[in-house]
Amino acid sequence: MDREQIETVAHLARLELREAEIPVYQASLTSILAFVSELDRARTDGVTPMAHPLAGLTQRLRPDAITERDEHERYQANAPQAEAGLYLVPKVIE
Amino acid sequence: MSIYRSSLVQLAKGLRAGEFSSVELTRSLLERIRVHQPQLNALVSVTQDGAFAQAAAADRELAAGRAGPLTGLPIVHKDLFCTQGVRTSCGSRMLDNFVAPYDATVVARLKAAGTVMLGKSNMDEFAMGSSNENSFYGPVRNPWDVRLVPGGSSGGSAAAVAARLVPAATGTDTGGSIRQPAALCGVTGIKATYGRVSRYGMIAFASSLDQAGVISASAADAALMLRAMAGFDPRDSTSVDRPVPDYVESLERPVRGLKIGLLKEFFEKGLDPENERRVREALAVFEKLGATLTEVSLPSIALSVPAYYVVAPAECSSNLARYDGVRYGYRCKDPQDLMDLYKRTRGEGFGAEVKRRIMTGTYVLSAGYYDAYYLKAQKVRQLITSDFERAFAQVDVIMGPTTPTPAFEIGAKIADPVTMYLNDIYTIGANLAGLPAMSVPCGFVGALPVGLQIIGPHFAEQRLLNAAHLYQRETDWHLRIPAGYE
Repeated sequence: MDREQIETVAHLARLELREAEIPVYQASLTSILAFVSELDRARTDGVTPMAHPLAGLTQRLRPDAITERDEHERYQANAPQAEAGLYLVPKVIE
Repeated sequence: MSIYRSSLVQLAKGLRAGEFSSVELTRSLLERIRVHQPQLNALVSVTQDGAFAQAAAADRELAAGRAGPLTGLPIVHKDLFCTQGVRTSCGSRMLDNFVAPYDATVVARLKAAGTVMLGKSNMDEFAMGSSNENSFYGPVRNPWDVRLVPGGSSGGSAAAVAARLVPAATGTDTGGSIRQPAALCGVTGIKATYGRVSRYGMIAFASSLDQAGVISASAADAALMLRAMAGFDPRDSTSVDRPVPDYVESLERPVRGLKIGLLKEFFEKGLDPENERRVREALAVFEKLGATLTEVSLPSIALSVPAYYVVAPAECSSNLARYDGVRYGYRCKDPQDLMDLYKRTRGEGFGAEVKRRIMTGTYVLSAGYYDAYYLKAQKVRQLITSDFERAFAQVDVIMGPTTPTPAFEIGAKIADPVTMYLNDIYTIGANLAGLPAMSVPCGFVGALPVGLQIIGPHFAEQRLLNAAHLYQRETDWHLRIPAGYE
């Protein structure tokens, strides 16, 4: 992983890195990717990828009925900035 | 016997017999926490007022003869479970100011069962770590030697139970986060089958691997707790609708004829020879009880750690996208624009290991790399799961070590993530396959405890708890208490 790749990944992940963090992640991501590349050794032709540990379990559906109450005031009590029931963020449209 | 050395089962009897009240029990343990917390840092919150209110309510239930098996018993919850009205930090600066507006299902069930919450336990940030050094609130220390790590990520729960600050605690296990700290702290830990315990209100790390469980002094206490925690929950889409057996009632079943598989690959290079001897001595106890030992092989198990370090970071990068500084949690100061808000909030709010995993996950899911890493890891996950299925066609349970070595020094492995990741070499397989697994204290290497791991097929918690309980009737490793905490 070079510096540019780390910066790209950090941007995709919306993470601001300090200058001093970049070489640290360059080294550790390089060693992690080298480590996980052991997976190449496995013969996986014709193997179905496993996304879920309980095979055969189908996604359950529920009746289309309202079960929750409107509690936005309680939930917004945790918001860094909220006003009139709205979450505030820096201006998006000039 | 001192009140704090008693098991949940003994405490429940004492409460019923009127030997002490839940308020007295609560006061006594809160005092013990006050004394030992500065050294161990096992808890991130102590909820004294709530605890006394719950204890008083429990005493009224006891007096009215309406008490259940857990009424009035003190516990702590890993700070990953949402607790209504109580700060739920997940060990992160990101959630340092987050007061959960609702209870996790596990918390709600244990509350309804009458337990008394004394506080929230310390943990690796967002459950990412094997040493509890990644907490925003500082490392937890191992009561057996405070220079050493307690393991992680449920290190606070394990240290608190080991030091007998509390008789039992909840935990979660994504790659070994209940079993590994239980082993390194000399306590009992069980991770349930994926889907057995509701994940509702459990802060998500890797959704296809995360599962809740218990850390306690004994298998009997774990059975009591898990019986109350397990069961279908419509609020968790992966919860399995299947009856919960009575884990307590079946504890005494004889294990004569139990077929134990010795996992060949777990006894190969990397395992500390003394640690191996302790595990083999434990296996001999099972033989004496009438169980039979057979060697089994899981040819793909060596790839479990690499597969995990693709799947778990990938799911983590997706799950942790929700922390954006808008709706709750940390927000950076004076954001210039929306991008600056996102990036600085996340850059400042997450710790080093969490950022490392988010970036690893983002990379392996990015265009051009998805097939090589993520899809490949999912196929290897299938190979490992098929290995377990073949093994469980021959044996009832698989046993081996929980960890390759006893606890290590704080700071010893933190600089090298891959070395740290290999601490979970024996535990990760059960998560990839969604299997229930336990760690049971099986002796000491020098002055440090180590654990025997017991893995079962899906929904075999009853079998694991039964086997562990009978082992604990033959041995007293689980009753040993670190010096300074007796």
